[in-house]
Amino acid sequence: MPAFPEAASSAVADSQLRHNLQKATGTIRRKRAEVVEELDDWSDLRAAGAAIKAHTLSHLDEYLERFETAVTKAGGTVHWARDAAEANRIVVDLVHATGETEAVKIKSMTTQEIELNDALANADISAWETDLAELIVQLDEDTPSHILVPAIHRNRAEIREIFRREMGVSGKPAPADLTDDPADLAEAARRHLREKFLRSRVAISGANFAVADTGSLVVVESEGNGRMCLTMPETLISVVGIEKLIPSWQDLEVFLQLLPRSSTGERMNPYTSTWTGVAAGDGPSAFHVVLLDNGRSSALADEVGSQALRCIRCSACLNVCPVYERTGGHAYGSVYPGPIGAVLTPQLRGTESDVDASLPYASTLCGACYDVCPVAIDIPELLVRLRTKTVEEPKRRGPRGLDVVMRGVGWILGDARRLARVQRLASWSGSWLGKAGRIGRLPWPASKWTNARDAPTPPTESFRSWWQRTRGGNS
Amino acid sequence: MKVALFATCLGDTIFPNAVRATVAVLERMGCSVDFPMAQTCCGQMHTNTGYRRHAVPAVRTFVDAFSGYDAVVAPSGSCVGSVRHQHATVADSAADPELSEAVRQTAPAVRELSEFLVDVLGATDVGAYFPHRVTYHPTCHSLRMLRVDDKPLRLLRSVRGLDLAELPDAEQCCGFGGTFAMKNPDVSVAMGSDKARNVRSTRAEVLCAGDSSCLMHVDGVLSRQRAGIRTMHLAEILACTEEEQ
Ligand code: SF4
Repeated sequence: MPAFPEAASSAVADSQLRHNLQKATGTIRRKRAEVVEELDDWSDLRAAGAAIKAHTLSHLDEYLERFETAVTKAGGTVHWARDAAEANRIVVDLVHATGETEAVKIKSMTTQEIELNDALANADISAWETDLAELIVQLDEDTPSHILVPAIHRNRAEIREIFRREMGVSGKPAPADLTDDPADLAEAARRHLREKFLRSRVAISGANFAVADTGSLVVVESEGNGRMCLTMPETLISVVGIEKLIPSWQDLEVFLQLLPRSSTGERMNPYTSTWTGVAAGDGPSAFHVVLLDNGRSSALADEVGSQALRCIRCSACLNVCPVYERTGGHAYGSVYPGPIGAVLTPQLRGTESDVDASLPYASTLCGACYDVCPVAIDIPELLVRLRTKTVEEPKRRGPRGLDVVMRGVGWILGDARRLARVQRLASWSGSWLGKAGRIGRLPWPASKWTNARDAPTPPTESFRSWWQRTRGGNS
Repeated sequence: MKVALFATCLGDTIFPNAVRATVAVLERMGCSVDFPMAQTCCGQMHTNTGYRRHAVPAVRTFVDAFSGYDAVVAPSGSCVGSVRHQHATVADSAADPELSEAVRQTAPAVRELSEFLVDVLGATDVGAYFPHRVTYHPTCHSLRMLRVDDKPLRLLRSVRGLDLAELPDAEQCCGFGGTFAMKNPDVSVAMGSDKARNVRSTRAEVLCAGDSSCLMHVDGVLSRQRAGIRTMHLAEILACTEEEQ
């Protein structure tokens, strides 16, 4: 995976992609703004959401134990997974134990994070995504590019193509006369998925929230396919990041208002499913929770960075991010794209690789993400902090050009006389660089600026010298 | 009222006209302006690029130059945001309690031009005259870090002769972002081009903003497109009077 600037550069060049993204994020941005505007206690709700999450995270050990006790009491089994490999092994073993070779899946970022579908495929288990957008991505052997709308980078015509080409390969084919009308596409998906719902004995989910007091899991969704997965199969396996805990049932009141308004711009999401352990004759007869760490406890150890673990994956920050809007999610090289991905991914995976080290710089620090975040994660501050960490880390390679420049410029700006000398040099160079007031193309590294933008010509006199010349004594 | 002027390194070096215009407006409003010669820069470029330790000398220079003033004014939302929101962190990282204390004393007195004119002087009409069609881009740090709200617009609306055109998607970032413009040039230019397109759609003669850095970026795009649209700092428009026309 190339670092962000390279990946972003090819994404920016894809005008179809930019058009699809601009349209989709623009629409959802407007919807969100409208429904948030309706609530006059939004800032209180937001503060409450942030406070509940911050409190839970600072007492996470207690709440996790409480959760485990409650799940066990309700007839479920809790498994602990330190990393992706461990979580995948647990899930594969659980599926194998049922004797089944396929499973239906509820859309889940956590299972994307650990690449569970690949692990299952390697163990000869077919995992079928049942969320419409996730299905599109899976059929196309693509990867998601948005937290909430994984196929946001595709338009209807492209989706019709994917359905016609791929549906027959893994199940019920799309009708021969399929159009790109949304209702038609949804109907084709419904028929394709129904066959799988009726057949599968195993379901795999994530969870939006895990309630410590009762051991309950909560999934919110728009399509109702998740609910099918939760009711039909005999075995249910839920992979849940440890940061998903909230203390009590009552806390849901806050999040079930914050989440739908922030994510889909709806007042309430169409389906909210909750489940607690097992109940004879009702739903799955075997229930497993895999609690996943995978870098979370090390992120938690960072006083400021741990804010990122409050994230409820609403995707509001992606939809307002001007960088995301031009690049789409793939450029971030992670299942968590956009502003939250830029701070979460390097914390979960570290900053050793080029792509992870480039992510904290994938932002202009415009602050739009912070404004919309329903749990008030100060993403710009986290980005700056991670940049500092990246820079101060023991060097991955030899001295970098930027280091030298930053040190030099820092030295100049530390002292007014040095700055004045540089200004005189600039004025002098300005006098031969271009009289027109603009500079065109310059060689590297200035070409990074001037390839598509003109640069201003340095003035013949800095402010400082003008002040001294005209008001010499007055300072 | 006595005011210390913080020119910012970019204003001082590349955009002295915007700083001179700031002086003109402040003096017209009855302030006496001081320019502490020891000043350099707010250190934002280093802080935001991750070189926090290298920002310490700039912060030290800043507090030395500006301590003791009741009011410090700068023609940049971004640099003022850096002073008010980042200097404390930079100073704390240097583990120098004296420096941290000095920052706590100086930072709150620093204001962006429109904040100073509207909040401190209580003025929206600064006696300016500028008979041109102008559109205004609210730069991200003014908008979201300082929350200047509509103060710059109120100032512009009071300028005689000025025809203010609404900028579509005004609140979207222009794509400058300091070192972002160099580290991610393609995304930066894509954002700048969208901003330029919106500016052109207003049929304004002038694009105005409160940050020379953002203007430099959008101006670079407009100029390459030969759009024939000038960029001017808010101070430069406010400094224009009938007598000068
Ligand atoms: S960081 Fe905030 S806005 Fe972004 S997805 Fe998470 S909760 Fe939503």
